[in-house]
Amino acid sequence: MIEVENVSFTYPSGVEALKEINVKINDADFIAIIGENGAGKTTFIKHLNGILKPTQGDIYINGLNTKKASIAELSRDVGLVFQNPDHQLFCETVEDEIAFGLKNFGFNKDAISERVTWALNLLDLTKYGKVSPFMLSGGERKRVALATILAWDPKILVLDEPTIGQDFHQKDKLRQFIVQLNSQGRTVIMVTHDVEFVADCNPKVIVMSNNRIIATGSAREVLTNFDILAKASVLPPQITQLFIKLSDLGLPQNVIDLYEAKQLIIDLTKGRLNNEGL
Amino acid sequence: MKVFEGLKFKRGTTAIHRLDPRTKFLVSCMIFTLALLFTELLSIMILFIAQLPLIFSARIYREWSLSLKGSLTLVGIILLSNLIVGYISNNFQLSSQLLTYSISMAFRFVVLMSSFSLFFLTTSPDDLSLALEQSHIPYEFCFAFTTAIRFVPVLAIEAQTIMDAQRSRGLELDKGNFLKRIRNYIPILIPLIVGAIRRSLELAEAMESRAFGAKKKRTNLYRLQLKKSDYLTFLISFCILSLALYIRYNIPIPEFQIPL
Repeated sequence: MIEVENVSFTYPSGVEALKEINVKINDADFIAIIGENGAGKTTFIKHLNGILKPTQGDIYINGLNTKKASIAELSRDVGLVFQNPDHQLFCETVEDEIAFGLKNFGFNKDAISERVTWALNLLDLTKYGKVSPFMLSGGERKRVALATILAWDPKILVLDEPTIGQDFHQKDKLRQFIVQLNSQGRTVIMVTHDVEFVADCNPKVIVMSNNRIIATGSAREVLTNFDILAKASVLPPQITQLFIKLSDLGLPQNVIDLYEAKQLIIDLTKGRLNNEGL
Repeated sequence: MKVFEGLKFKRGTTAIHRLDPRTKFLVSCMIFTLALLFTELLSIMILFIAQLPLIFSARIYREWSLSLKGSLTLVGIILLSNLIVGYISNNFQLSSQLLTYSISMAFRFVVLMSSFSLFFLTTSPDDLSLALEQSHIPYEFCFAFTTAIRFVPVLAIEAQTIMDAQRSRGLELDKGNFLKRIRNYIPILIPLIVGAIRRSLELAEAMESRAFGAKKKRTNLYRLQLKKSDYLTFLISFCILSLALYIRYNIPIPEFQIPL
């Protein structure tokens, strides 16, 4: 469980990046954090494994105050995947890369090789095990970065912009993968600008704007609330925008799901056809 | 990383900022030369104090002190290595003379650092590039030089992000013995260097797509012009330097020693 109590944070340069953040994230929650550039999203998630410590207030990870624990201690439970994989890849092979974190956390040799194989398999990287991570494409490097964190199976997984640089196919795979991890009982928190991705994943949504949390709710509640989204410089998913434009036809305005939308349109056209007696 | 913060240009409109970059470079060189001319603690301290009015009038006190704080580790190394070498060559005896000498050597580095800091904090990379060009240095070299300076803060930010990313993978930088600690920095250095090389290639492509080097002779919108204040600064610097040389060779400098 993550408890964030009245947290404010100011960078040493004097820039205020978080103001009075209060939020409670339960085990096995699935959370998406959205908001404009510079809203404080990345600063917030850097607090979850203690890279940054609040200048005011406290954060408790499973009861442990982040101010009293090292980054390594916290990272064992909170796996943070950075936005840019190039900021962490440095080993000769993908296997070594995945083993790096495991060695740091003191896993024994057998456990390391077992988990490396597991993580490679999980992210469809087995054929790249002996390849240098620098030879891989952007999307593949991103998956390697994810594998390096998942290898030690943290209870809480935090992803910063996981969809950037992924094509549609990979994005869909990533979605299935994240949903699966969450359904296995892991807490998943992701920061993203991709509202379509959020709509597809259907998590709880936290909206940040101007260094504060301005709304929390289900994806459907938040993504159809134009006022809140406008404050955070976010546009609703295209399907929602379309349904709002078609509201004269009596269509509901809180649609975010493509399949639901399809069904509603089928019903509407069928009704029309029946009314016109064709 | 703080040391870079203390070398990053800070825009300003003080008299020092308005001086020609060539003048400022000359002044920095003069301080540099003076610091190398003298070894006595007293003269080095005078040199240090003499810089303070310049620092304050340029309103860069905060950044300047950051650069000094950042160089403290090196200062410590200089102090210790002087002490150790002197101690060994002096038949394992610690004298107050040796202590004074070591301290003044360390302090000399502070003076050098502070004169660099003064120059880089008050000279914009653009002005610096112009000054180099007008001194007939080939444009490619000027460009490489100013780009290097310009990218220092970018690299510093990137190094911090990489450190955060690796620590999130359980890397503990300050764990283990001395050698282990140095090895701990490999996961930081490799992504940093690879990133820098990648960026330089990207930059080269971007420059070429904007027709870099298409014309041999480049013209500039601005031209640096020496002003009265520049000539005055030249004159003062020249006088100080001559005076210092005279003192150095003709007047014995009183040497006080720090008691053990």
